Amino acid sequence: MTQLEKELQAVKSEVINMWSLVQMQLTKAKKAMLQFDQDLAREVLLKEKRVNAYELKIDRDCENIFALFSPVANDLRFLLAAIKINSNMERIGDIAEGIAKYILEFGSPFDKHILDKTQLLVMYDEAINMLADTRAAFENEDTILARSVFKKDEKLDEINLAANSNIASCIHENMESMNEALYVLSIIRKMERVGDQVKNIAEEIIFFMEAKVLKHQEEL
Amino acid sequence: MESTIIKSVDYNAYFGTNHVVKNVNIEIPKNNVIAVMGPSGCGKTTFLRGINRMHELIPGATAKGQILLNNEDVLEMHPIFVRLKIGMVFQRPNPFPNLSIYDNVIAGYKLNGIKISKAEKDRIVEHSLTRVALWNEVKDSLTKKGSFLSGGQQQRLCIARAVAMEPEVLLFDEPTSALDPISTSTVEELFHELKSNYTLIIVTHNMQQAARVSDKTAFFYMGELIEYDDTKQMFTNPTDTRTQNYITGRFS
Repeated sequence: MTQLEKELQAVKSEVINMWSLVQMQLTKAKKAMLQFDQDLAREVLLKEKRVNAYELKIDRDCENIFALFSPVANDLRFLLAAIKINSNMERIGDIAEGIAKYILEFGSPFDKHILDKTQLLVMYDEAINMLADTRAAFENEDTILARSVFKKDEKLDEINLAANSNIASCIHENMESMNEALYVLSIIRKMERVGDQVKNIAEEIIFFMEAKVLKHQEEL
Repeated sequence: MESTIIKSVDYNAYFGTNHVVKNVNIEIPKNNVIAVMGPSGCGKTTFLRGINRMHELIPGATAKGQILLNNEDVLEMHPIFVRLKIGMVFQRPNPFPNLSIYDNVIAGYKLNGIKISKAEKDRIVEHSLTRVALWNEVKDSLTKKGSFLSGGQQQRLCIARAVAMEPEVLLFDEPTSALDPISTSTVEELFHELKSNYTLIIVTHNMQQAARVSDKTAFFYMGELIEYDDTKQMFTNPTDTRTQNYITGRFS
């Protein structure tokens, strides 16, 4: 293995580790929300610093490889993809942190009826699955798996699209739940963004593997 | 559409029975910089030397096929005429050590017995040295020997010597491998300037140089032309696995 290959392998491992951490952050934020576990929410806030540290480290390592090894072809595409995945992943980390903050701010468990009616949990689970699938796709260089998330993102978009009327109906049913409903709506919006970020990540995996640019194309 | 200046058709070159360039078909567009790369012994220099019939100067060396310069087969032309049209610059700067800078520039005219007036010589010397960005550095020392110049300046003097003959194509065989990074950078800048007037074909081992200076890149391996494409394409998404392995340093 050449030195460049070792360096690229190290970046890949770091990105995968960051992926696991971000996935864990989202999962813990969900658990904290469902069980109203404020300690777990605080843990998510604390661990966000680690996500940021990963982002800085991966950026720095990629910069060094560009400067020292002048990568080309698939190596170049891998590094470009790694930098963009890194950035998308950091934003997903921020979203997990945001959800944890809502839990602490709201100060009581969310009403199960609102969660069911809005399908927030279905959306949340799908987002976590998409993140896990893209991680496996990146790890195993599997573009079929990467492409599979595009379809899953449509489900997230569907739930997001129905969110306004679902939330409005929850508020109609119980005006006192307005504050809570707005928090749930915000979490739905955040999940929709997670879907978009994961889709971007999948596009980067395809770019790295197949040298195809899927960004800004209507049909994927 | 860019017009083709050099075209090789089923070109083969041999050293005795050793088949070193195999069936190369390539079209080189006018006013482009073409980089030719590949591992040692892949036939890239032999191919380059075949373009202006330098290959056949080696005892036992033969060639088959066609190298067309503006649709005329160079193998059918007089070799001296070919070399007037297709100049060459070598790896190590090789100005004539006993000639002045001035005489080095017009050496091609003297050696080929072409008589020109003093005024015409002055014009050619200034024009050629200006073209290679050397005029301002040497205009006050034209009578000094070329060998007094730095390595980078000597190489530019050799390029000026080739340019003085007003060729259509310039061949470069690893032109910066003996130069320091600053001189290399000056010569590379020069390639960008020269391509507006000439077509440049550069054999280089330095892949980053190929990426920096060329419009198109050809990859040779074991005497065959494996891939030839726009440089951007070659260095971001080459088609052939052998090219990819070579440019990413995974060649075994």
